[in-house]
Amino acid sequence: MTTEKEMKQIQNEFKERMDEGELLNCMRCGFCLPSCPTYIESGFQETHSPRGRIALMKAVADGMIEPDEDVERSLSLCLGCRACEPVCPSGVKYGQLLEEARDIIHQNKKHSLGERVMRKTAFHELFPHQNRMRSAVSLIGLYQRSGLQTAVRKSGMLRVLPEHLRTMEAVLPDVPKSKDMKHRPRFLPSIGPMKKRVAFFSGCLMDTMFLPTNNATLKLLQLAGCDIVIPPEQACCGALHGHSGEKNTGKELAKQNIAAFEALDVDAVITNAGGCGAFLTEYDHLLKDDPEWSERAAAFVQKLKDFSSVLVELDFHQMDLALETPQVVTYQDSCHLRNVMHTSLEPRQLLKSIKGAEFKEMEKADSCCGSAGIYNIVEVEMSMKILDSKMAAVKATEAILIVTANPGCLLQMKLGIEREGLSGKVRAVHLADLLLEAAGHKTS
Amino acid sequence: MITKDVKEQLIQVSGPENFDDSNAGRLVYSYDATPQYQSMPDAVIAPRNTDEISRILTICSEHRVPIVPRGSGTNLCGGTCPTEGGLVLLFKHMNQILEIDEENLTATVQPGVITLDMIRAVESKGLFYPPDPSSMKISTIGGNINENSGGLRGLKYGVTRDYVIGLEVVLANGDIIRTGGKLAKDVAGYDLTRLFVGSEGTLGIVTEAIVKLVPKPETKKTLLALYENIDAAAQTVSDIIAAKIIPATLEFLDQPTLLVIEDYAKIGLPTSAKAVLLIEQDGPFETVERDMEKIEAICKKGDAVSVQTAQTEEEAFALTEARRSALSALARLKPTTILEDATVPRSEIANMVKAINDIAAKYDISICTFGHAGDGNLHPTCTTDIRNKDEMERVEQAFAEIFEKAIELGGTITGEHGVGEMKAPYLEMKLKKEGIDAMKALKAAFDPRNILNPGKMFAKDARKRVVAER
Repeated sequence: MTTEKEMKQIQNEFKERMDEGELLNCMRCGFCLPSCPTYIESGFQETHSPRGRIALMKAVADGMIEPDEDVERSLSLCLGCRACEPVCPSGVKYGQLLEEARDIIHQNKKHSLGERVMRKTAFHELFPHQNRMRSAVSLIGLYQRSGLQTAVRKSGMLRVLPEHLRTMEAVLPDVPKSKDMKHRPRFLPSIGPMKKRVAFFSGCLMDTMFLPTNNATLKLLQLAGCDIVIPPEQACCGALHGHSGEKNTGKELAKQNIAAFEALDVDAVITNAGGCGAFLTEYDHLLKDDPEWSERAAAFVQKLKDFSSVLVELDFHQMDLALETPQVVTYQDSCHLRNVMHTSLEPRQLLKSIKGAEFKEMEKADSCCGSAGIYNIVEVEMSMKILDSKMAAVKATEAILIVTANPGCLLQMKLGIEREGLSGKVRAVHLADLLLEAAGHKTS
Repeated sequence: MITKDVKEQLIQVSGPENFDDSNAGRLVYSYDATPQYQSMPDAVIAPRNTDEISRILTICSEHRVPIVPRGSGTNLCGGTCPTEGGLVLLFKHMNQILEIDEENLTATVQPGVITLDMIRAVESKGLFYPPDPSSMKISTIGGNINENSGGLRGLKYGVTRDYVIGLEVVLANGDIIRTGGKLAKDVAGYDLTRLFVGSEGTLGIVTEAIVKLVPKPETKKTLLALYENIDAAAQTVSDIIAAKIIPATLEFLDQPTLLVIEDYAKIGLPTSAKAVLLIEQDGPFETVERDMEKIEAICKKGDAVSVQTAQTEEEAFALTEARRSALSALARLKPTTILEDATVPRSEIANMVKAINDIAAKYDISICTFGHAGDGNLHPTCTTDIRNKDEMERVEQAFAEIFEKAIELGGTITGEHGVGEMKAPYLEMKLKKEGIDAMKALKAAFDPRNILNPGKMFAKDARKRVVAER
């Protein structure tokens, strides 16, 4: 519940903090509607469309309506996929408006005790600290390797969990060993002639739970001719914080990352997770009002690239890439990689260059899969509706391999495969893992 | 006002899940794509079929509750803004293509069908539905019918009115009537079909439509002609028509419009040109080739600095797609875009373009012009900021003068966007008092209690305002 007093505070902050020019910039043409997954899956409810959400934000800022539960519901059901941005002829920066609005609401609401503990643990105690991330992820590894997982699954204990969480448990990747997560390289030389010197952004989850994918990415970059610097001072990108109304922690993490990378003499800073990449790309906006950091942020942003772009730049797709067994392959865009980092052609170009991979574009590959950070845990119903539509599109391609470019999407695709009863027949992989497989190298 | 009793009756008709009177639920239907118009409805309802609509109208009629039918809310004349409150009626449950009749070349559709979905469905059967408003990706057929929407192909193929041949309509008292049919000829009684098309929801609620289809043209060719001088481009439009060639599309875009579109679409538009014509011809291969050769020659003779033909279908598609984004893209320049669609006989297009530029200079405002020049339908768009009261006043005066000029040249105040509330004060300029009286008599006959989209079409007072403060 939101109290009267909280609503007043929220309303005042909307007036003060929401960018009036940006709100006015939406001229309500509705060109965004067909691109919005929640508008479509909600049965065409304008409250769950970008145009409707912007109108609600503006109405709250203008004092036309109060920021009641329904307004909050409209904003929380948004995936934040930002598919509405590239299709907006007026160029409204919807993602920035949404983030600001969510931050205002979260900062002015007294959360329940349980939620407070959860938010404090996750956003302040866990994600910002890579050593704690390693410990947390190691616990999952212990669970998987000690025989506990087998025992728990056999005991039927998991039945107490809601169905989607049970499935989620089943699709978690096998976690690397603790010592492998701890001993990370700081520099890797190119294999063959050096063409570029780059820095690698490891990411908190990517460098723990998805460590093999990070290793594959590094190997690919080496093969393509990159000297790679991996500064140990880097931190979590802050995306989860930014998207969940914890903007200040997001800013602190941003500063830590800029400081870690700015002194390196590199041509590019490389990411391999669309979600992180997009948030890093907008550090300039995040720190725009901070005189000490705004220019430094802008310089940092200039260098950011997804690994797929760099691979294409370095003609990696001209190399001899092949799969052992010919198979139909499809690609699910990472929303943030596509809509914010504007990278959508390169992953496809790389996939098409693999011999034995018959690339088939699925319908609406550019539309969100419903993963969206922690959306698939907190907004189960909508997330599963979106996933079911997505899986129908996957099945129509008859692909047996779904390639993604972001860890969240990867897990969601695996969840989709489980839900459809396709496990063992269809697999989901990160683009980096597939490319390395195609280059004939085993992930170390 | 919707009383508790009326609310209960309405919920009984459509179910609680299809009735919404929450603040957020009402707010998101308080606007359409027209700048400056916003007003809260009392409630929103989404009926599931014609029978429910009939019952809703009976209730609204009895209790004098205003009712505003709304498709996707893309209209540009304040037509679906519930300025007198009441009930907004949505068609999200009535969005099926009921039939594509390949023997009679017709499609039967519910009003909530998205225009482009229907166009694609009929094209997959080798048929063609020409009206293609720029909002067709989002707009509904019901909305197109109520506004008599035009589009880029209006020059050769006409507008929505030319394709609607039958309707099912619920009248204000709840009666359900059918007009026309799958008929090429039908003179049984008054032509109510044509009356309802473009009636802006003020005479009845359209619940089903039969539209006429034509065979899909075999080929299509697209070119861009670049000009150093706006007047020369406008003159070419008249020259092409005078040469007895009717292209499918003949669009005009000035430099500021080109710049913003390119900023959005990034397809390599020639932004250094002062104006361009986007010309498309369709039909049998030989005819298209011959027409396009002639058109190219006319453009060059008319001082086009270059003529570029689209090499692939994708390239041609990208050009027309980009043109469709023009209005929204102009919002990149300034927060408020006020657009008009004054229309003149096509022989007067060069005079009209010149007059618009003179008027913009006179009132010191920025007007970008694009539009369906080939059919005389221009979209002068003022990029401004509603927070600048002084400038808004000048915009008001400039548009009044543009309307006067259009009428003086034998034109009209609106070619395809409709009157709605925005242009109601100017309607008399076009129709004179007697014309308005005749239309008001019609309105009173169909809707004696004035519950159907009240406040639209006819101005409440003589105050002439286009961008009225509310």
